[in-house]
Amino acid sequence: MLYREAGDFKTSYEADNQTFPIAFDRYRYWVVLAVAFLVIPFMINDYWANAIFVPFLIYAIAAIGLNILTGYCGQVSLGTGGFMAVGAYACYKLMTAFPDTSIVIHIVLAGGITAAVGTAFGLPSLRIKGFYLAVATLAAQFFLVWLFNKVSWFYNYSASGQINAPERFVAGFAVTGPNTAPAAQYLICLVFLTLCALIARNLTRGTIGRSWMAIRDMDIAAEIIGVNPLKAKLTAFAVSSFFIGISGALFFAVYLGAVEVGEAFGIQKSFLVLFMIIIGGLGSIFGSLAGAAFLILFPVAWKVLAVDLLGWPTDLVVHQQFMLIGALIMFFLIKEPHGLAQLWRLAKEKLRLWPFPY
Amino acid sequence: MSADFLYGIEVIINGLMAGVLYALVALGFVLIFKASGIFNYAQGVMALFAALTLVGIMEGQVPFAHLLNAIFGTDIHHFGWEVPALLAIFLTVLVMVAFAWAVQHFVFRHLVGQEPIILFMATIGLAYFLEGVGDLMWGSDIKTIALGLPQGGSFWVEDMTASLGGDDFYGFFIDKLDMVATVVAIVLVISLIAFAQYTKQGRAMRAVADDHQAALSVGISLNYIWVLVWSLAGIVAMVAGIMWGAKSGVQFSLSLIALKALPVLMLGGFTSIPGAIVGGLIIGVGEKLFEYTIGAPFLGGATENWFAYMLALIFLVFRPQGLFGERIIERV
Repeated sequence: MLYREAGDFKTSYEADNQTFPIAFDRYRYWVVLAVAFLVIPFMINDYWANAIFVPFLIYAIAAIGLNILTGYCGQVSLGTGGFMAVGAYACYKLMTAFPDTSIVIHIVLAGGITAAVGTAFGLPSLRIKGFYLAVATLAAQFFLVWLFNKVSWFYNYSASGQINAPERFVAGFAVTGPNTAPAAQYLICLVFLTLCALIARNLTRGTIGRSWMAIRDMDIAAEIIGVNPLKAKLTAFAVSSFFIGISGALFFAVYLGAVEVGEAFGIQKSFLVLFMIIIGGLGSIFGSLAGAAFLILFPVAWKVLAVDLLGWPTDLVVHQQFMLIGALIMFFLIKEPHGLAQLWRLAKEKLRLWPFPY
Repeated sequence: MSADFLYGIEVIINGLMAGVLYALVALGFVLIFKASGIFNYAQGVMALFAALTLVGIMEGQVPFAHLLNAIFGTDIHHFGWEVPALLAIFLTVLVMVAFAWAVQHFVFRHLVGQEPIILFMATIGLAYFLEGVGDLMWGSDIKTIALGLPQGGSFWVEDMTASLGGDDFYGFFIDKLDMVATVVAIVLVISLIAFAQYTKQGRAMRAVADDHQAALSVGISLNYIWVLVWSLAGIVAMVAGIMWGAKSGVQFSLSLIALKALPVLMLGGFTSIPGAIVGGLIIGVGEKLFEYTIGAPFLGGATENWFAYMLALIFLVFRPQGLFGERIIERV
């Protein structure tokens, strides 16, 4: 009854083109934002921030980035971990080289640097396609991780080879370093996620997003109707790497605080983010969020269930998580190749007809 | 001859041997890819799983003992017997065939006609699943394969070649295990080619590789052929698993050799068995030689981690279909 286009008259082009055409969706959107910004920060504690909210927000940014490249533009990338590492190390170098500048600027610049690196590694995509490209992006993954391990300039010649985030403040609150309040951690990630999602959503609705999708559906046909593949593919790589770089910077500076590159940004990370967008739904911003939420919540929930309630040993539960995540990936690819986002779409379709479906 | 030059030759020989092992893994990929168009990322994990199963059977471990103990509060670990190596290998082959059937029946039968990239992602899921199952079944501790394969350097080769150089040259150091692996790989490749060329099943396999629908129309069961190629890939994986496992212990890192096989395939082309072998040798020699001449002296070492991918990347830009791959023709 509530979920209807009917009766919601659009009287201007802006109203007709808005992101959420249904009034209920608009209210829901503002309610979600209000809860996220005004309610959760006051209730959050250390455990919830570290185990669920902060990793969810950061991975959601990475998932949006990868989804732009893989879901919208059809270029499968296994280099996400490497690009996150670029973001993290760029942020670290900027933080230590310009200690007086705001960290927000550093994080955005780190995203920009990652975008440049991502574009460079995207160049071969003009000739290499499909999973040849997926394997080629592995070169980025392994080369970048090796580079940050070997060249000591990147970690300021520290003896341990680790990078540690110095304490930085935004509006008087510490957002990095050991004295950060969980709410501050949460809020800075939330602000970045909200902005990234907004930008991504609007990019994918416009000309550039359409040219990505044309390339994804069939690149030769797209070229014939006048889409410039060079421009489309490279912008996809750039925008995607920009988001992934931001998430890498946040992952290092805000979430972990200290990072060893092989451990934090290894190939496993690339797969994790890829799984998020498969489960969430390729080619959907909501799907990126849903997939990230699912893959963050699922291991925590399974651990609570099996270790705390059933009393099983931890290593056993870790193996089960591997098995279940693998099984879920296959299940989703068979039963619902469009992921959680498709379930959401179907639910909305049903809601429109409720309570009188035909 | 100067010692540096001789060491260079030694590096090349060792690279060739490593390349043979890469080729062995790549072979499993090519088999499945040719017959079903599935790019099987799980090949490396299959090698790990097969090696784990082999060790588990030989030592008489109870499968899923850890899980059973946690659920029922029991304390079981071993049956208390030891299985002889040959019987254990045979049983492992049976397990891999059962696995092939299960994969075909529960997963890929439902994905027929999907885009290649979807199939690829499904095999990544399969890799995670199999890794979890392997650990659950046999535990995740590092195991050693006690098949009685020779270990260590070969003194015979060292003594034979010591006279080539001056006083500071002690002969080529070549691992006996690598030599065995090379022989096994060659035998395996020859028997696979013979199987594909001269048996009825092999002919059916090639027919499916050429054209699914034409093969169906002359009465070849696609399901049967797919189970067959997955079984063959499982057996190849087992051999690779034994060789790598004997070299570095049966552990998680074994599954990463699949990643190393990817650039091998890109060089050789996904559809060519000779390509897989030549690609493996190029990568093996290339990365050892690069590490020896440029990586270790100038770049701080450990370049083996990425050199293969970079080589493949640069190579592909100039020849997107690989060395022996079929020419890619694109139509709207």
